[in-house]
Amino acid sequence: MGESPHAVATLPTARQPGCPFDPPAELTDARRHGPISRYTFPGGKPGWLITGFDLVRSVLADPRFSSRKELMRHHPTIDYGDIEVPPAPPGEFLLMDEPLHSRYRKPLMGKFTVRRMRLLTERVEQITAGHLDAMEKAGPPADLVTAFAKPIPAIMICELLGVPYEDRGSFQEQVEMFMNGETSDEDLIAAYTATQDYLAELVAAKRANPTDDVLSDLTDTDLTDEELKGIALILLAAGLDTTANMLALGTFALLRNPEQPAALRADPALADAAVEELLRYLSVAKTFMRTALEDAEVGGQIIEAGSPVILSFNTANRDPERFADPHVLDLRRQNGGHLAFGHGVHQCLGQQLARVEMRVAFPALFGRFPTLRLAVPPEAVALRPETADVHGVKSLPVTWDA
Amino acid sequence: MRIAVDAERCIGAGMCALTAPEVFDQDADDGHVLLLRAEPPTAARAAARMAAGVCPSGAITLSEPEPGSS
Repeated sequence: MGESPHAVATLPTARQPGCPFDPPAELTDARRHGPISRYTFPGGKPGWLITGFDLVRSVLADPRFSSRKELMRHHPTIDYGDIEVPPAPPGEFLLMDEPLHSRYRKPLMGKFTVRRMRLLTERVEQITAGHLDAMEKAGPPADLVTAFAKPIPAIMICELLGVPYEDRGSFQEQVEMFMNGETSDEDLIAAYTATQDYLAELVAAKRANPTDDVLSDLTDTDLTDEELKGIALILLAAGLDTTANMLALGTFALLRNPEQPAALRADPALADAAVEELLRYLSVAKTFMRTALEDAEVGGQIIEAGSPVILSFNTANRDPERFADPHVLDLRRQNGGHLAFGHGVHQCLGQQLARVEMRVAFPALFGRFPTLRLAVPPEAVALRPETADVHGVKSLPVTWDA
Repeated sequence: MRIAVDAERCIGAGMCALTAPEVFDQDADDGHVLLLRAEPPTAARAAARMAAGVCPSGAITLSEPEPGSS
């Protein structure tokens, strides 16, 4: 067995000032000591923090590490005491293992294929152009989050699933509340309940009057209404929050590295590589957890059965053993596979939709506003706290020469 | 190079169809991997190898690797 591992005492609550795109210094420092560190969870439960690319990837592909919600009894930063955690509600397959996970993922797989998502390109272009027109008409300055980054993925996932346009606003606010990392437990429960109620009505409506969308299609399977509600929640929350944060934080990163959008404007063929590089560089879905089901050797250490394991995607995607000059944003990089969408059976189902959205939106934004720039000093751009599951900016004030 | 796919293991992430579209596609109904060319031409081999490497569920296997290839 290897030497005694590096130990991390506390997890970071914020990014290093002036480094909004880099993983928190504590995590980068941990990775520098080695890809796996000891971490004692609040309340004293011994666990592990994995920060290196190869080990994060291997644990994600390893069925000895469970995603089941009821096993995740230890929060990485909050001591809730010795609590019982119920299993994930029906349909919320992100927090399930096989075979239950497949029951939900399988019927969705055909709905998010590369081909099917590419057919949506034209629709993404229309929506994007519409929002750029509105920005241009209103004139500078604008908050890129509300004017651009949030509505584009929101409209796409709502159209795909079949959420009526007029319901989108309130629904998005609720999802924002449970994703921003700053909502009180009480408000969190209220938002979650309101969302559940809304989705229950939506599922009932689709079953009564099926329309041409994913949720209606699923009413044709053996999935119950309760299960469909859970599936809809996962898909909507994932579709609303992740790409929105990629678009806003990605724009911020491009504005801080102006030679990069210039390269993209000069060579539109860079768009695919640019999207992959932004995914790697920003890794907005930054950490996931697993629980060891049995004793497992990982990177020369024995992870004991029952141990909670934190997987740090953002340090894995900045691992110098995997990527040359990992902290440099280089849209020309052929990164050859990153972990921004995860790995293993839970790898992001909606990733091909996200790619199409970003591939359209970034070039269109920088093409329309070649003089786009921050309207505030970069240090004044407020970031989400590290308690949020998805990293991003709260708002992004931008301006341009009208 | 000979390629085999295991549709049972496939989770429909689409990485193969994205990475090596000459060699892989996805079933239009269920999203599972479709192998278009079990013995890809030389020009498509690097992409096929890459696709096997990035497959999240290990559903793609390569055999008879060429000497010196990684």
